[in-house]
Amino acid sequence: MRRRLAPYLLVLPGGLWLAIFFVLPMVVMLSFSLMQGDVVNGFQLTWHWQNYTDSLSAYDDQLIRSLVYGLLATAACVLLAYPAAYWIAFRGGSRKSTYLFLMLLPFFVSFVLRTFSWKFLLADDGIVLGPLKNAGLLPQDFHVLATGFAVVAGLTYNYLPFMVLPIYVALERVDPRLIEAAQDLYAGRAQAFLRVVLPLSVPGVFAGVLMTFVPVSADYVNATVLGGTNNTMIGNVIQNLYLVNNDYPQAAALSFALMAILLIGIFAYARALGTEDVLEVAAR
Amino acid sequence: MMNEINPELLRGMTRSRRDALRLFGLAGAGLGLAACGVKGTKAAPAKQSDVQKYWNGKTKHGHVNFANWPLYMDKGRTPLKQFTKETGISVTYREVIQDDPSWFGKIQPQLQANQSIGYDLMVITNGVSFTKLTELGYLVPLDHSRMPNFTKNAGAAYKNESFDPDNVYSVPYQTGITGIAYDPTKTGREITSLADLWDPKFKGKVGMLSDVQEIGNFGMMAVGVNPEQSTPDDWKKAGAKLKEQRDQGIVRKYFDQDYIDALTRGDIWLSMAYSGDIFQQNLSEGSNLKFVIPKEGGTIWTDNLTIPKTAENPVDAITLLDYFYRPDVAAQLAEIVSYVTPVPGAKEVLAAEAAKATGSRKKTLQTLSDSPLIFPSDADYARLHHYRKMTTAEEQQYNAVFQQITAG
Repeated sequence: MRRRLAPYLLVLPGGLWLAIFFVLPMVVMLSFSLMQGDVVNGFQLTWHWQNYTDSLSAYDDQLIRSLVYGLLATAACVLLAYPAAYWIAFRGGSRKSTYLFLMLLPFFVSFVLRTFSWKFLLADDGIVLGPLKNAGLLPQDFHVLATGFAVVAGLTYNYLPFMVLPIYVALERVDPRLIEAAQDLYAGRAQAFLRVVLPLSVPGVFAGVLMTFVPVSADYVNATVLGGTNNTMIGNVIQNLYLVNNDYPQAAALSFALMAILLIGIFAYARALGTEDVLEVAAR
Repeated sequence: MMNEINPELLRGMTRSRRDALRLFGLAGAGLGLAACGVKGTKAAPAKQSDVQKYWNGKTKHGHVNFANWPLYMDKGRTPLKQFTKETGISVTYREVIQDDPSWFGKIQPQLQANQSIGYDLMVITNGVSFTKLTELGYLVPLDHSRMPNFTKNAGAAYKNESFDPDNVYSVPYQTGITGIAYDPTKTGREITSLADLWDPKFKGKVGMLSDVQEIGNFGMMAVGVNPEQSTPDDWKKAGAKLKEQRDQGIVRKYFDQDYIDALTRGDIWLSMAYSGDIFQQNLSEGSNLKFVIPKEGGTIWTDNLTIPKTAENPVDAITLLDYFYRPDVAAQLAEIVSYVTPVPGAKEVLAAEAAKATGSRKKTLQTLSDSPLIFPSDADYARLHHYRKMTTAEEQQYNAVFQQITAG
């Protein structure tokens, strides 16, 4: 008897954790997404599936924009993170941990605060743009803030370490003897990189993309702080529906729809990349 | 619910892990869905007996937590320090309220669950959020016998406001005007009209407020509609007018309180603005912003001191609330925040102090006691519109129109 129960007892802490902090909130949110009503008169569960179609058709622009910003920021992260991770892994030598620490240092300051500081740095007549404008290098009405570029740049900046770390871990594991072997077989530096190092680091890139794209697409701080009138992301919409309109059903429906889209995207991406099982990679 | 579970399923629980998980999921789903909706707690209006019932046996604790809006007191919190000195009640003061709907959204779940929100006194503008708070019974009915200063000193207009007749739940903290603020060195001309907010010359340099009540009102005034008497058709017209402004790229951003900083930094040149913010910003940052009530009109609103029903220190809260109605304190506050004070007696205090003072302070005090923005004239009042009262259904319709603009 005890032997039969043992596996369940072992899984119990994790299972309870998942049940309380994941399954239960999800179920509550799902039931909310099918309700009708308002905060004063109460919400009734009426299986109102139109919450999904209504909210998706009202906010399709913002949803698509979020996914596009997510892709752009993720791509920018890969382009910036790969060389950085490569350099730390292969050229870092004994100072590797110092470099990694420097990479993580910004995390010691609040995320919102860091984003706000960009607002001061990049103000229209601020310390960067002001002198350039006065010198006639930029037109007077040039501005960085309140543009899509500012939002994507902010997202890239904030989530870069999430990309660097997994890529670094993958590159760290590459056995230098494999590169030597490739060079022994007359591969140039570029060939060795393309045929040996790059394929071996793909799982790291894969994990990094997952860890960046999902939070980036749902982010709302950057759009609030750095964006303007046409940069609202789906996170802002959900926040607004929830906190300002108290329209819990539509907010829940939109959150669920966003989650479904991201999950479908992730699995399609995993299949297309085709290297390994998603869960296997995520578990590393 | 548990006894409805199929015994076979229970037996299966010990057999296969998959079944166990499925059972887990089902029980969870059952639990969640069994709630079948969330009850609204619409409350009946408070009666005199409710006042006694609430206040009976409540005692002073010597501490109060006060939630307010930014730029609503000086950095040194002078009036609060004086309050602590006189009464022995310490005050934790936080400027946590950025706009009413978000604040309501934040505190609503706690109030519904009967939990403390961490504040005993909070400032809520008249409007849809205020209405919701009263309808849901989230505000404490005030015991007027504990408010001698209010009874004696409040202006007649502030004792019977349409949104809270007889001050059952609230007394005004300050009243203010929404108009246009601008930086004359950037705009290069005086701003006088709402049309200036639509001027393509200021493309990308105009700030609008994201608060749907405020921006909706400005849209309506721009198309010549009195917001107080507006209809859903008027909202659509106003929405179209605001959309045109947005689509032409004239609007830089839809702001909450951070418009002041953007204006000071020069990111925007002119913006919808709250009267007192601009005076305070000029004083504290040395900026030279100007504030104007557009010729088409502006809006007037009242920010109210209220006590949430879950307040931990209600007696201390009502003591502080009443303290703001002493003419000398009201005058002090008027000098600090430059909003419209609900205590007419403050004007005399300011004038008397101006007579005593010398130099630049004399000039400041004189300007304040003469300022039409702190003590508006009847002609000014005639140009100012109140918020429209709305039912929750109307509000949803209203939000749908104007959030299309602010959440592009």
